[in-house]
Amino acid sequence: MKNLTQILARMGGVNLLPVAVAAVAFVLIGVPSSWVTLTVAGLAMGMMIFLMASGLSLVFGLMDVLNFGHSAFVSLGAFVAASVLTWLAGWLGADSIFLNVMALFLALTAALIVGLAGGWFFETVIIRPVYKDHLRQILITMGALIVAEQLILAVWGGTPMAVPRPQFLEGAIILGDVSIEIYRIFAFLLGLAVYVALYLTLNRTRIGLLIRAGVENREMVEALGFRIDRLFIGVFMLGSALATLGGAMWAGYETLISPSLGAEMMIVVFIVVIIGGLGSIEGTLLGAIMVGLVGNYVGFLMPKMALASNMILMMAILMWRPSGLRPAVK
Amino acid sequence: MTEQNSTGALIVKITVLTIGAALLFAPFLFQDVRSLEVAARICVFVVLVASYDLLIGYTGIVSFAHTMFFGFGAYGAAIALKQMGPGWDAVMVGGLAGMLVSLVVAVAIGLLSLRVKAIFFAMITLAVASVVLVLASQLSDFTGGEDGITYRAPQLFKTATKLAVDEDGKVLRLFGVKLNGKLAAYYFVFATSLALFVLMFRLVGSPLGTVLKAIRENEARAEAIGYRVVSYRTFVFCIAALAASLAGTIYAIWLKYTGPDTMLSFSIMIDILLMVVIGGMGTMWGAVIGAVLMVLAQYYLRDLMGAAAEATSNLPILPELLNPDRWLLWLGIIFILLVYFFPRGIAGTIMQKGIAK
Repeated sequence: MKNLTQILARMGGVNLLPVAVAAVAFVLIGVPSSWVTLTVAGLAMGMMIFLMASGLSLVFGLMDVLNFGHSAFVSLGAFVAASVLTWLAGWLGADSIFLNVMALFLALTAALIVGLAGGWFFETVIIRPVYKDHLRQILITMGALIVAEQLILAVWGGTPMAVPRPQFLEGAIILGDVSIEIYRIFAFLLGLAVYVALYLTLNRTRIGLLIRAGVENREMVEALGFRIDRLFIGVFMLGSALATLGGAMWAGYETLISPSLGAEMMIVVFIVVIIGGLGSIEGTLLGAIMVGLVGNYVGFLMPKMALASNMILMMAILMWRPSGLRPAVK
Repeated sequence: MTEQNSTGALIVKITVLTIGAALLFAPFLFQDVRSLEVAARICVFVVLVASYDLLIGYTGIVSFAHTMFFGFGAYGAAIALKQMGPGWDAVMVGGLAGMLVSLVVAVAIGLLSLRVKAIFFAMITLAVASVVLVLASQLSDFTGGEDGITYRAPQLFKTATKLAVDEDGKVLRLFGVKLNGKLAAYYFVFATSLALFVLMFRLVGSPLGTVLKAIRENEARAEAIGYRVVSYRTFVFCIAALAASLAGTIYAIWLKYTGPDTMLSFSIMIDILLMVVIGGMGTMWGAVIGAVLMVLAQYYLRDLMGAAAEATSNLPILPELLNPDRWLLWLGIIFILLVYFFPRGIAGTIMQKGIAK
């Protein structure tokens, strides 16, 4: 028994969890082609949720600030990207793949810029005055969420909005009897790229070193003469921008978005962050993939349970590891 | 001279007693259907907000699952009244069932997550509450789904019921008010709400309340003196859940309708938060003031905003922002400003005035 635990730990420990879930699902589903489709869908969904959740987790890890208004950025990103795409509809329909890519690029960039600007505003105006006061932080960010949601409603209206997709991301690849939507592959690759970039920044650069040091012990970093408050703004803006990017990707995935999108995603994002453990990028990725996979498998196997599946997953993991799978904050 | 008997505290207490008196005589003072609706809503929300204040104001726990408990009570009564027909037995069964479910869920959440950081707890309650909300709208065989459940209240509370008749067999009038079932229903709401409020008021004045405040101020020190913080927190979380559940049952009986929007939705949670913060966290008096102001704003501010939007219809943007549907926007801004500048809320700020230094 002890040997087994050690072998498991050497092979990656909790990182094996998604693989185990996928294996169990393979047995339960029994049809390889459905299984592949579901797994790809789960991974793509997980990656998009990772984009939304990573910022929340990072900000909490570094600043000890939990931003309940984070989901406002998700809806904001979705609506900004959708507006840009609608505006550039001519480019999207064009045969030239260059125009297609340009339109998509512009939409995602617009979402990112809005996220950076919004993050800066949010940090300086809303959160700065209430550092280190959790109770007021929760209340203030909640209030900011209400205001932001209402503003989004005022600007874009309450009716659902259709999101056009670029031509080259439409359709599916068919391998044997497995069909895989191209958009899902794109979402997965983009999420993976962001994860790798974040991982390398955090672990291989000087800024990353400072951020990790700040997570460990803020006072010590300050005592060594680093302006950690500037780092805070940077991380907050980055986190918000990731959320808007996630929202923009989600808008393309859903193709029909309504202002309640942020509120719906917020719960999933929270569950992911709780499962993964607050403050760690690896944990968030793990949590996001778990939620994505379990959501898709359960939705296929027992459609009625799909809604509660995230909840049950969270309960089970909290019973097993009260502070999440891979917490960074001790 | 302490905060309890400063001039400011006197003002707050007189205000609250005036509100109480106004609620007591509401059917006679404001003789239209809408006002009675407002008065009943205020009664129920005072209880709900006071029980939430037990958590956020007295113990320093932030929970977003309070409407869930409110909903358990309401749905318990609603389902029982629908299945068993109108009667007091259904009310009892439904109310008790709602309380039982609330208690079990509260104990489970409390033991599982009250030992962790406040922020973690807030997230977990938010997740649980939203799952319950989704379940309530999905299990439509049982809960009526999005449409909710309509049912009949016990015989006594029907508008057609005559409490007292004159010689001609018509409903007797007292100061021009018909003594019918609607009046009985209102006084049922008022009396039960008052009883619950007084109970909670006693609770915070008791030694237990002092322990809770100690936990809020300094958790480590309270633990060091020998109070088991997790037990106390779980206990008060359960008490608040039970009170919210009862408030839900009362409101379900009054409305004769239970649906996700009126009983479970997240906007009710935001209302409660706003009421607690506006009224003042950590005082039961504040709960009353906050609930009254918010409910009045809900019913009457929207009319005012509609008028303002029409008056400014020639200007750009303004009418869009003054649209009655945007009233939450303004409340949100007021909420943020209050948390920044008056973290003690109306009651707390006034009560501080006039304290002899």
